[in-house]
Amino acid sequence: MEALSIEGTAKTPSVKFDGQQGVIEIKGRSIPENSIEFYKPLVEWLEEYSSTPMDLTQVNVQLEYFNTSSSKCILDVFKKLEAIHKGKSEVIINWYYEEDDEDMLEAGEDYESIIRVPFKMIEIVE
Amino acid sequence: MSFDINEYYSRLNGGEVLMAFKGSISSELISNVLEVVESRLDEYDESSKIRKKVYNVLVESLQNLYHHIEVLPSAMQKEFDDKFGILVVSRLEDRYKISTGNFITQDKVDVLRNKIDKINSMSREELKDMYKFILNHQRLSDKGGGGLGLVDIARKTGNQLEYTFERYDDRYYFFNLDVYIEIAM
Repeated sequence: MEALSIEGTAKTPSVKFDGQQGVIEIKGRSIPENSIEFYKPLVEWLEEYSSTPMDLTQVNVQLEYFNTSSSKCILDVFKKLEAIHKGKSEVIINWYYEEDDEDMLEAGEDYESIIRVPFKMIEIVE
Repeated sequence: MSFDINEYYSRLNGGEVLMAFKGSISSELISNVLEVVESRLDEYDESSKIRKKVYNVLVESLQNLYHHIEVLPSAMQKEFDDKFGILVVSRLEDRYKISTGNFITQDKVDVLRNKIDKINSMSREELKDMYKFILNHQRLSDKGGGGLGLVDIARKTGNQLEYTFERYDDRYYFFNLDVYIEIAM
């Protein structure tokens, strides 16, 4: 299936979903006023990917900021990944946070406690 | 005496003001404010942790305004812009202060007051549980608001949300919210 690639802006993250490699990346800032519009194609892409996923899907989430409107949409993305993980293929979510950013680490832990997919918390040291 | 916006606005302008605005709260305005405050924060020798907290709380405060602002009746629109809101970001000696203000209709005062009082009464752990519950169980509104903004602000700042409701006329109250972020966290 076709890769999904979206350039980042001041309020929305860059997105690279590569079905051939099984690598999914969301990076940057996610602070739009209305996040549903932005995340809709991501959720739809995952819906399609879930019919023929790779044996291992690596998910890299590296957000500098995200707002509460995005937090629900990110959960929707993770729920799609959870469904894939429930099937025969494996999913790992790598949650990146900057050194000292306890809020971002805690946000990752919130998701980890809701979503049944293995999370790896990765500290970025500058 | 009726509530005086200008008097209230000038009273907010204490400490070192990074940004003060009153007028229509649009998506573009939010982008501009964030850009200006971000560069102002860079001028202070703040840790990235504090910079991020201030930025995050500012995003939620502005977007709370954006999502909940009332369309004012035409008589009031002579005096106030459509989607009228107030924002002041200031740096006090040991903390940042983000003040926001907007009109709300009288029928919403009690619900909002109860919500804030409940948040203020909760421990860190309880706020975390509440956040996760809302995150997992409530849908986003059409406008994109999720009902998580105030909970998120309380979690990130670890402080009480200070507020007032000033009566403007029979129908409208002016809601002011002050949020503090300690610098030595």
